[in-house]
Amino acid sequence: MECWDTIAAYGLRSLGIGERLLPRADFTLCQQFTLIGSGMIWNVYFGVLALCSGFFLATAVAMGKAARNPWLRKPSEWFIFLFRGSPLFIQFFFAYFLFLSLKGAYPFFSPLTSAWAGALVVLILNTAAYSGEIFYGALQSIPKGDIEAADAYGLSGWSRFTRVIWPTMLRLAWPAYTNEAIFLFHATALVFFSGFPALQQKGDALYYANYFADKTFNPFVPYPILAGYFILLTLIVISIFGLINRRLNRHLPQDRRAKLRIRPAIIR
Amino acid sequence: MSIYWAVGTVLLLLAITAPTALAFGFGGAAAARSPIAPLRWFGKTYIAIVRGIPDIAFFLFFVIALDQAFEYLRHKFKCPDWDQPIRQGSDFVVCEAAKLPLGNAPQWLHETYGFFLAVLTFAIVFGAFAANVLFGAMRAVPRGQLETAEAYGMSQRQTFWRVLVPQMWVYALPGLSNLWMVLIKATPLLFLLGVEDIVYWARELGGSKTERFTDYPHGDWRMWYFLALLVFYLCFTKLSEVVLDRIMSRLTHGQATAAGEAQRKAAA
Repeated sequence: MECWDTIAAYGLRSLGIGERLLPRADFTLCQQFTLIGSGMIWNVYFGVLALCSGFFLATAVAMGKAARNPWLRKPSEWFIFLFRGSPLFIQFFFAYFLFLSLKGAYPFFSPLTSAWAGALVVLILNTAAYSGEIFYGALQSIPKGDIEAADAYGLSGWSRFTRVIWPTMLRLAWPAYTNEAIFLFHATALVFFSGFPALQQKGDALYYANYFADKTFNPFVPYPILAGYFILLTLIVISIFGLINRRLNRHLPQDRRAKLRIRPAIIR
Repeated sequence: MSIYWAVGTVLLLLAITAPTALAFGFGGAAAARSPIAPLRWFGKTYIAIVRGIPDIAFFLFFVIALDQAFEYLRHKFKCPDWDQPIRQGSDFVVCEAAKLPLGNAPQWLHETYGFFLAVLTFAIVFGAFAANVLFGAMRAVPRGQLETAEAYGMSQRQTFWRVLVPQMWVYALPGLSNLWMVLIKATPLLFLLGVEDIVYWARELGGSKTERFTDYPHGDWRMWYFLALLVFYLCFTKLSEVVLDRIMSRLTHGQATAAGEAQRKAAA
């Protein structure tokens, strides 16, 4: 089979479009590239959606943690502690079985037992907790003068938040937040290994890489391919976040701009 | 009963892996600073290789790769007159005597071997993380200290061991404690490496015996088992946080850092 045929047959396999059966013997390099790449669709899907929705929740959580009112502060603190203190892997498992029993009681929850919705919810909550902590730290380190200046201009309440506090917070938090985004994309690889079933073998990139490694008993081909895809994804994330960072810092004089130096603090 | 053993397995893994990974990391960081170019390249590659790729991919990769590497070495060593190729299609074939563990070995040996592979994998992956932290810490030691050592006529090796290494720990500790947290949270991944750990038992014990479909009405306790695991990990991280804070405050004692200065002022 020509490589183009393979791509046509398996390019969207992870979405259930195309050839039904996965290749069983005589694996070609092309097949491995195509299927693992097709699995990346899911990784990107989870990553992008969780990042976008988690962002707003994280802002809310950070504001909550910084609030003086204990009714707002305590829940936010517990939320952050709960999701940062336990392994994501266990969170996935727990959420899956929780959704299963919820589904038994109320059919309304049945989409949550499949990966596309259930895992997404877990990822959103998880990233909201981690980035909420980052934003909270940034919120604490907003220069006092900035807020005083806002007060002097007569800004207060909502307009002070949207014009001064929020942009400054984002600017300060951005390097750490970039790191968190990279980690989130890595975390998406866990989804199909933790309870959530890959129905009809519609899995993510790691799922297919694992499939090939199991079938060929040769880990030296599929995993480097997977690694290549993920490095590419990381580079894309870094460049997009770098652009946003430029925009957030555009008002500062050129030499004082915080360069987004990705010191790949590999630690979340 | 086995679930208690499994908790022991996890603790044992942590106890073995943490020092091993630290040693790997120390070696990696020292190699990355080495004046000998190939050694330096090796160190830097080792540090760089885990960036950008999800750690779970490494776990899945190394377990098979290490296993095959060991068997390959033993094969070369023990059966030099074997004329068939090792990779036959989708099979990995080595001679009988090179099998690891030997085909007729008792069950516990198989389990120990699997555990050993898991420990090695964890140590390699987290060693790279630790190398990154230690490398940064070595660079954070004030340059003046090293220059003073040189002025006293110490050789490069003496400077490294007597000045750099004792001073770097205070800079490394925040990173290392973060790493410890990540390590704790990575332990459930043992499950993926085929070790019968707590995740495995939580699934086994919680699941009802005749489950066929996902939506059985009741009798599924896995949710509660995973909740227990979640709480277990939460307590564990909380405990580590407290202990690490203590160590940090002891280490900063008398150091020329901001925290050390604050401590001095508080005492005075």
